[in-house]
Parts: sequence; C-alpha cells; structure tokens
Amino acid sequence: MNQRILEKLNAYSADSILESSEFRGDLTVVVRKDDIVKVCRFLRDDQDLTFDLIVDLCGVDMYRPEGRFEVVYNLYSLKNKSYVRLKVRVDEDNPTVETVCFVWPGANWHERETFDMFGISFKGHPDLRRMYMPEEYEHFPLRKDYPLMGIPDAIPLPRK
Amino acid sequence: MGLGTLMADGFLTTRLDEVINWARKNSLWPMPMGISCCAIEMMATASPRFDISRFGSEVMRFTPRQCDVMIVAGTVTYKMAPVVRKIYDQMPDPKWVISMGACASSGGMFRSYSVVQGIDQFMPVDVYVAGCPPRPENLLRALLELQGQVAKQQSIGNLLRGEKIIIPESGPAERVNTLT
Repeated sequence: MNQRILEKLNAYSADSILESSEFRGDLTVVVRKDDIVKVCRFLRDDQDLTFDLIVDLCGVDMYRPEGRFEVVYNLYSLKNKSYVRLKVRVDEDNPTVETVCFVWPGANWHERETFDMFGISFKGHPDLRRMYMPEEYEHFPLRKDYPLMGIPDAIPLPRK
Repeated sequence: MGLGTLMADGFLTTRLDEVINWARKNSLWPMPMGISCCAIEMMATASPRFDISRFGSEVMRFTPRQCDVMIVAGTVTYKMAPVVRKIYDQMPDPKWVISMGACASSGGMFRSYSVVQGIDQFMPVDVYVAGCPPRPENLLRALLELQGQVAKQQSIGNLLRGEKIIIPESGPAERVNTLT
C-alpha cells in the first residue's frame, strides 16, 4: 500500500515530494511547504487512496537553524484502512503554512492548537484564535526556548 | 443527665459566641468547586457510604450565595484562577476554604507553566488536605478540623466591636474596624 501511495504521489507531482521514509510499516512523506494543500487535496480526492480523515495535525520544534518547526499531518483512509504521515518544514522567521481546514474541516481546531503552542500561523484559517492560553498571552509554551515553569507574571493572578 | 438538670429552671446560660459557632460549625454548607479527579472523591464523600451529612455538610449548593465553605477539589490553572476567585468573592461572610488534594495545595504533579502552584497564592485557605486524590475519610477529617477552627472563632464579638466589611469598586472585600 505504501508503495502505491508513493507512486501515485510521484506521478501526481514529483517536485512536491522532498523525501520519504518508512519505519515499521508507516510511510512518512516530507512535502514542500507551498504544495501542502495541493498534495492533501489529491490524497483526499483520489478514488483509490481516499485519505478522508485527518487523525491529527500537530507541530514539532526541532530547534535547529534551518526549518526549525515541522507541521505533521496524520491521515487515515477509512476505505483502505491505511495511514500516511505528511511533514512540512517551517522556518523560524516566517512560520506560516497554508491552512488545510478547507480540505478536512476537522483540522480547524488542530491548527488553532498548533498556533497556540508553537506560534505557527495558518494562512487562510477562518478563526485563528488561541486554543488554551488566554487570548492576550504573548508566548508560545511548547517552543523549546520557553521555560518549563513559564514566564513569571505573564498571566496575572487575582489579588489576594 | 443530659440537658434536663441544666435546664431545670427553663433556661440555660452560655456565651453567645459559643451558640453561634455551634450552629455554624454543624451546618457548613460546601461550595463544591470540583475541577478534577478530586471531585470524584468529593462526590463519594457525599454518598451514603461515607456520608458527609453525619457532620452537617450534606447540602452542597451550586450557587456561592448559599455556601459557607468552598472545597477546591482539583487542579487550578492560571486560566481558571480568576473564576475560582470570583466564586469565592461571591460567597457571603463568614466563609472558609478547604484546599483538597495535592494540586490545589501545591500544584501537585503539574509543575508547569499553566498550573498555579497552590491556590493560596490568590485566596486564603483554612485547611489543606494531602493526597492525590485524598480518600473521602481524609476530606471528612479536614471538615472536622475546620469545625474545630470555626468553634474557636470570635463570631458575634467582631460585630459588637464594629467590624465592617468594605467592598471596594475593584478587588476583593476588606474587613475594616469602624470604631477605631
């Protein structure tokens, strides 16, 4: 199945695929940032592949100079009972990715969470507000340079 | 013996504080501030097996206006803290707070940016309960401890001395002595 997915992706748009790897039967494909919506739409609409469910979308802080962040898309096909994992590398100075919540509406809140925790903004997202932290909060807690105990007095407590 | 001989003449003398505190401590109405798994143990405390009504605290009210003691049962996040404080402020005086479990008392295992490391950072606490979560017996023990504290308080004395509660436009209420 993984072989078929790769072949189809390469036939569709070989330029968009930067690299791919397989670990214990799970296929991971690194996609060029600008083509992510195109690739996602193809994986969903293809009659054979039909990746109709977005299981999870999350961010990763690799804490490296080039392509510091990664956005990971875990897709599932109900028909084929198979998974595929897409990755997009995002630079620190312009952490922006095109939204996929028009491909799978379920990605809406996942993208909001990723924005809240990593500060990666999703272009075209209809409602990119913070998910967990207070709206006026200025930091992104899951970034590697954020201290575990937070920044003192960043969230005010009520007066005693 | 009982009250029969004490009240032989149809009356009994005591201190007013004594009577008021006796009434107060035996009907502490809890505000169940259940925000995590501790709340399950709190509910168990109210159930027939542990039966908090033996100590007069079975009426858990979901409006702060009718409560005397707030049982903060669970992890308080920074986002939740103003809410807990607001509910506490809405309770009528006199009021007490039981901090139930490790999370409410110290942040517990959540040593992290989002969790307040102990609710005593933003509100007064009368009794802390250890445990993660504490057993119902533990909560009952805390209630008895609180009853002991209430029994020793000066209740009517404060009123006679002219103590008044001032509610400023912003911030929590303050006790001010109007006679001095």
